[in-house]
Amino acid sequence: MGRYVARRLLQMVPVFVGATLLIFLMVNVMGDPVAGLCGEQGCDPATAAQLRRELGLDKPLWQQYLTYMGNVFTGDFGTAFNGQPVTELMATAFPVTVRLTVVAVLLEIAVGITLGVVTGLRRGRPVDTGVLLATLVVISVPTFVTGLLLQLLLGIRWQWIKPSVRSGTFDELIVPGLVLASVSLAYVTRLTRTSIAENKRSDYVRTAVAKGLPRRRIITRHLLRNSLIPVVTFIGTDIGALMGGAIVTERIFNIHGVGYQLYQGILRQNTQTVVGFVTVLVLVFLVANLLVDLLYAVLDPRIRYA
Amino acid sequence: MRRSAHARWAVGAVVTALAATACGSAGWSGGGNGGAVLTSSWGDPQNPLEPANTNEVQGGKVLDMIFRGLKKYDPRTGRARDWLARSIETRDSRNFTIRIRRGWTFSNGEKVTARSFVDAWNYGASLRNNQKNAYFFGYIDGYDRVHPDSGGQRADTLSGLRVVDDHTFTVRLNQKFSGFPDTLGYAAFAPLPRLFFTDHAAWVRKPVGNGPYAIASYTKGAQMYLRKWDGYPGPDKARNDGVTLLVYTDSNTAYTDLLAGNLDLADDIPAAQLKNVKGDLGDRYINTPAGIIQTLAFPFYDRAWNRPGMEKVRTGLSMAINRRQITDTIFRKTRTPATDWTSPVLGAAGGYKAGLCGRACDYDPARAKQLIKEGGGIPGGRLRITYNADSGSHKEWIDAVCNSVNNALGDDKACVGNPVGTFADFRNQLGRHKMTGPFRAGWQMDYPLIQNFLQPLYYTGASSNDGRWSDEDFDRLVDRANAETDTARAVALFQKAEEVVRDHMAAIPLWYQNGNAGYSDRLSHVALNPFSVPVYNEIKVG
Repeated sequence: MGRYVARRLLQMVPVFVGATLLIFLMVNVMGDPVAGLCGEQGCDPATAAQLRRELGLDKPLWQQYLTYMGNVFTGDFGTAFNGQPVTELMATAFPVTVRLTVVAVLLEIAVGITLGVVTGLRRGRPVDTGVLLATLVVISVPTFVTGLLLQLLLGIRWQWIKPSVRSGTFDELIVPGLVLASVSLAYVTRLTRTSIAENKRSDYVRTAVAKGLPRRRIITRHLLRNSLIPVVTFIGTDIGALMGGAIVTERIFNIHGVGYQLYQGILRQNTQTVVGFVTVLVLVFLVANLLVDLLYAVLDPRIRYA
Repeated sequence: MRRSAHARWAVGAVVTALAATACGSAGWSGGGNGGAVLTSSWGDPQNPLEPANTNEVQGGKVLDMIFRGLKKYDPRTGRARDWLARSIETRDSRNFTIRIRRGWTFSNGEKVTARSFVDAWNYGASLRNNQKNAYFFGYIDGYDRVHPDSGGQRADTLSGLRVVDDHTFTVRLNQKFSGFPDTLGYAAFAPLPRLFFTDHAAWVRKPVGNGPYAIASYTKGAQMYLRKWDGYPGPDKARNDGVTLLVYTDSNTAYTDLLAGNLDLADDIPAAQLKNVKGDLGDRYINTPAGIIQTLAFPFYDRAWNRPGMEKVRTGLSMAINRRQITDTIFRKTRTPATDWTSPVLGAAGGYKAGLCGRACDYDPARAKQLIKEGGGIPGGRLRITYNADSGSHKEWIDAVCNSVNNALGDDKACVGNPVGTFADFRNQLGRHKMTGPFRAGWQMDYPLIQNFLQPLYYTGASSNDGRWSDEDFDRLVDRANAETDTARAVALFQKAEEVVRDHMAAIPLWYQNGNAGYSDRLSHVALNPFSVPVYNEIKVG
């Protein structure tokens, strides 16, 4: 187990380097950061040249990348154009986005798996058809439509919630979390349903039934546990996607998280912000995947890591 | 039990992660909403809030509240009035003696003296401080040594600035510029306290100025609470107890918050909401002219656009655009068709002259087609209008302009939009002179002077002359106007220069932009100044 984890961590190094290099190159293709920095009216050429020199933009790209990576390993992600260190931006943005992701994932697990079990056990009944149709609707409607609609109904018409997020506490994030989770939630439901329906007919379940085990125990201990592997894989990879893909939701609900910082960084051509945030997201993705693989062993006793 | 050990380990990791995110959520409720404090929408300022480094409206909002300069522009008329200046005297439009009023202090108690200004201006002009508005000091003698176009900086301070005594200093310009005193209301010319120089990091964290408000708390990227400064010595004291500026990720969200009663003032109504705004807000929606003009500029560095006769094509294009239709349908009257190259906020005395463009700005498709034909047709046979697609509703109006041109020419493919992904990339392409056709050009004035609408945009080699247009007659007229001491005569000369722009159609004027805002029923006396910034100190709450 320990060796397995160590090997996986080592494998992350080339992935990490490759990913950051790609991002670095892509961001640089977008154009000159100094042009973004100077804004609508532009800087005079002398100031622009001086900025380029101070930001190291006059050096060749490979040298810029090496300097950047060197700084990253000492914990310095550079400075955003408004004078704030990128690490400071991260310290304010990531907690909010992580909270949002936690809300979304918890909703996926609680609602998605419950619905999946219910429909999987009652295949072909009205409940099953109803939920299937509902998930189809949720999957086909884009997130910004769901978001704006809920904001309008709950925030303005019925005044149940405040339409925008101020401080980013858990209670404020429930509706945005639901919006963010909606599509994944539908997928989790469908995945669980299929998996449950299939395993319901398997030998070990029949054995358990024959042994006379209580129904509840059969479902939770035997059926569900074995059916969760594809679902866990999905949720695990979804964590990274939720964190990075919250741009739309964060804009609609005024959440000052990772998506917002990335969006603004791209608009303003702020290389340091974009590369820094994406680098951390890459790490999150890698770690989430590792955790998923470890969870397999928990769920399925046949899977062992040595 | 090897397996359950794994389980515990993995679950433990998840729990730790959850716990780590749970803390740190408290805090920053910040700006106390007690008393007559209003909330207002805000965008994250692009640069640190140094006066000479702020060239966009979001940072400008704050500077307008916490700073007062030698002059202040009247929020209604835009006229420059002496504020901290007791007098600004000159005999030759080149050497100015500035006397400042006594009794002004910064909100930390420090006196505002001549040195507060001179030090601030020297800081703003110095190349090593990377100030984006440095070129505003370009008229002052010695600028070329403090901020050389190339090579190292050869002096630390502007030789044209001299402190005479605590309340007097002199300014010597490197050329005659009669409008100079009227530029001094611009934020870049604000005085700065000693703290700015002695502990710059602390100042940037929480700027200290001499305006009617003082910053009580500032959480970067989230919100700023400005409290009314009770000791403010000026006549324009705040009529509310404070303002909380809230950063919004999107102007649509701010608007939604306003409707839900969650926000008091949203000063940028999103284009998509303009059709509902009257119904939603009634008379709590304001839509007033701002010093912004939108034009289409041309790449004069491209031979095809610069050869003789092309002015006919450019004029023809101008006449092919149905401005009225676009401002009415797409912008819902938040823009007004332009008939000159300045802005109505200048007023007739300030140089705005409705109809200066004459027939060249009238929609006349038949004449347009004829002129373009006479001029040799559109270079390359096809017009590609370049714009940045990331903000505003540029795509909509560019498509409408093209549609209008296509209809006039009776050719479906005569004109297409050429979107560029981000504004930064758009600027980048402009800077490298990569344009092959007309491009979107917007100009927001820095100070309400006709000079500011002409010189930076059309003077040879000027800072925002992105099309590299150059004309000797125009340059000469601008020089003469700047040297003219009599304001009325100076304005007349600038208008002559503007006529040169018209005759060559150096840029096609499209429309004047309005500022708009909506507010909650808690507020009254809400207005926007000519810079489309709310006049916060006059707002009454409750």
